[in-house]
Amino acid sequence: MSWSAGCAGATDDHCSMTITDTSVPLLRVTGLRKHFGKDEIIKGIDIDVAPGDRIAILGASGSGKSTLLRCLNFMEKPTAGRIELAGAAIGVERPGRNGTVDTVYTERELTKVRQRVGMVFQQFNLFPHMTALGNVMEGLRTVKGMARDAAGTKAREQLARVGLDDKADTYPARLSGGQKQRVAIARALAMEPELLLFDEPTSALDPELVGEVLRTIRTLAEEGRTMLLVTHEVGFAYHFANRILFIADGVIHEQGTPDEVLKNPQQVRTQAFLARHNEFHF
Amino acid sequence: MNHQWNFDAVWDNPEALLAGAAGTLRIFAICLVLGLALGLLVGLGRYSTRKWIYLPTSAFVEFFRNTPVLVQILWFYFALPMLVPFEISPLMAAALGISLNSAAFSGEIFRAGIQSIERGQWEGAQALGMRHAQAMRRIILPQAIKRMLPALTNRAIEIFKMSTLASAVAYVELLQQGKLIASLNYNPIEAYTVIALLFFAFLYPLVQATYVLERRMRRGD
Amino acid sequence: MYQWDFTPILANSGMLAAGLLNTLKLTGTALAFGIPLGLALALLRLSRLRSVAWPAGFLIEFFRTTPPLVQLFWFFFALPILIQVEMTPFIAASLTFSIQSAAFFAEVFRAGIVSIDRGQSEAARALGMSGAQAMRRVILPQAVKRMIPAFMERSIELMKTTTLVATVSYADLLFQANELAQKTFRPLEVFTVTALIYFTVIYTVSLVVHRVERRLAVSGETTVH
Repeated sequence: MSWSAGCAGATDDHCSMTITDTSVPLLRVTGLRKHFGKDEIIKGIDIDVAPGDRIAILGASGSGKSTLLRCLNFMEKPTAGRIELAGAAIGVERPGRNGTVDTVYTERELTKVRQRVGMVFQQFNLFPHMTALGNVMEGLRTVKGMARDAAGTKAREQLARVGLDDKADTYPARLSGGQKQRVAIARALAMEPELLLFDEPTSALDPELVGEVLRTIRTLAEEGRTMLLVTHEVGFAYHFANRILFIADGVIHEQGTPDEVLKNPQQVRTQAFLARHNEFHF
Repeated sequence: MNHQWNFDAVWDNPEALLAGAAGTLRIFAICLVLGLALGLLVGLGRYSTRKWIYLPTSAFVEFFRNTPVLVQILWFYFALPMLVPFEISPLMAAALGISLNSAAFSGEIFRAGIQSIERGQWEGAQALGMRHAQAMRRIILPQAIKRMLPALTNRAIEIFKMSTLASAVAYVELLQQGKLIASLNYNPIEAYTVIALLFFAFLYPLVQATYVLERRMRRGD
Repeated sequence: MYQWDFTPILANSGMLAAGLLNTLKLTGTALAFGIPLGLALALLRLSRLRSVAWPAGFLIEFFRTTPPLVQLFWFFFALPILIQVEMTPFIAASLTFSIQSAAFFAEVFRAGIVSIDRGQSEAARALGMSGAQAMRRVILPQAVKRMIPAFMERSIELMKTTTLVATVSYADLLFQANELAQKTFRPLEVFTVTALIYFTVIYTVSLVVHRVERRLAVSGETTVH
């Protein structure tokens, strides 16, 4: 196994350690299933995510795409299946009933995973009682135990990267939707995650604010970060992603490069979905 | 009305009233601190999903909210000494009764406040890698406290009013001193009128402040 | 190890039963007088005449702010001398709690009335109704439905507050409990049983209140507290 730490594609001198070992996927999902009560939402999904991958996840409402994403940082606990981060499986497997395998997740392990896998939410979920700077610093201080000054400096850098250093002392209530989402992105970035998850980051935004967020995400993509993006913005997905996953009925219905899936969809359902979202042009 | 009002006897003895006021403030402070601190624990307990925490705290809340506080005070004063080897002073009995009663009520205030914080805040905190306790302490409670302020200040005013019940076990607070003055000077009208006015003068501004607070909260949200 | 013995209580259960009856009698009387008085106070408070609204408002605030026990002592020991009328404990207690609960009910009424959309009273007036008719036929009927949970909760509070009369020798349940404890030298058993009796009665009533609240919520009624 060969590892090399490097700053793949970074455009400035602040970069996070990205594992550029290509023999072990950064994230490997095997046989993922998720039940909510009696309903099975995820019905068996396998994914390999290599470092530097930019994966766009598309699908109709209710297809399970958000649930899938939320399983990857264990905001939802998988009912079955295995998730490996940089080669190490998360959770402890134990024999369950009827010959199945149960995986036990401890809070301590999951909090460690979430420090390495960042998430940006559709509803931003900024902390309203803290300034933008306070929000970005919070993970550094409370979770990573950084001293206040060091955390403040780092947080300011992140805000500058998303173009909001002048809003550092502003409270979220006074920010526009696009600004809030960019602060949320800075907050996730500050933790230096190996993997970034975006759960429909622009769906809650007014149309004219969508662009600034997509631009920010594109910048991150150019830095070579590993990202999974659930989105409705098919046009953006085409330009942003190196792989598209189309989810339907809780499974990966079709996957491939953007050209393959979006220009030449093989499956009927993919074609139907794209026909409904035909507002994009190549 | 033939009564000749004569307040001299009441004001001739300021030490009595001051001692009463001091006693009132003392028991109020004790019960406020205990009631709120315990109330926070109770609120967290009622919010918990672990049955072994949730059930006992719920039983506690239901019992202390649905029994009159005077019954609780008298129980602590007359019944508890039968079970424990040490003496229960009037202050202890009254403070226990009022504090536990207040803990039950403020516990529900805390629980409602915590529950009112939207789920996205929990998720934002979790996604950063915060543990449950960290999220509660750094993100949820600070936001909840702001919302609970009007209800908690109302509770504080109730605790202040409950201090008078300590006179039932002869604790020296303001009403007890009023009784003393009345019986020594045969002037219950003046004595109790003064006591009532003193309480009103002290509490009315606080009650008004709570209204202002409530209105500001409603506007802010 | 303390030896629990409940037999003296069973032997004297009549005492406690009489006390419970008196508690209910007092609560009922206070409600019977307090609710109409509270409505009157609320309407006075809402009056546009300041000479009427202001004293009503003051009365309401005074009885909501001063501690109930202080009020009780004043009505028991000060008022009879002041107006030169002898009062039985029951009358003095009823008077105190009627006025006290009236003050609280007045606020519930006022909140309920105020919560009714202004358009309702405007529509009523536009039809030619007088203010009083509008209140009686349009506003109050709608307001009352919203106020039912608050009323029930206030009534429960009243039942708890009536225990205060035990300190002025009205023979309610708590007073009887105290007497019984002194008579039998078994305060632990007596007060524990008394607490349980109060709990049973009050908890049952509050369960009914919650059931009513839920039914009202389901039927789409907003409620005031």
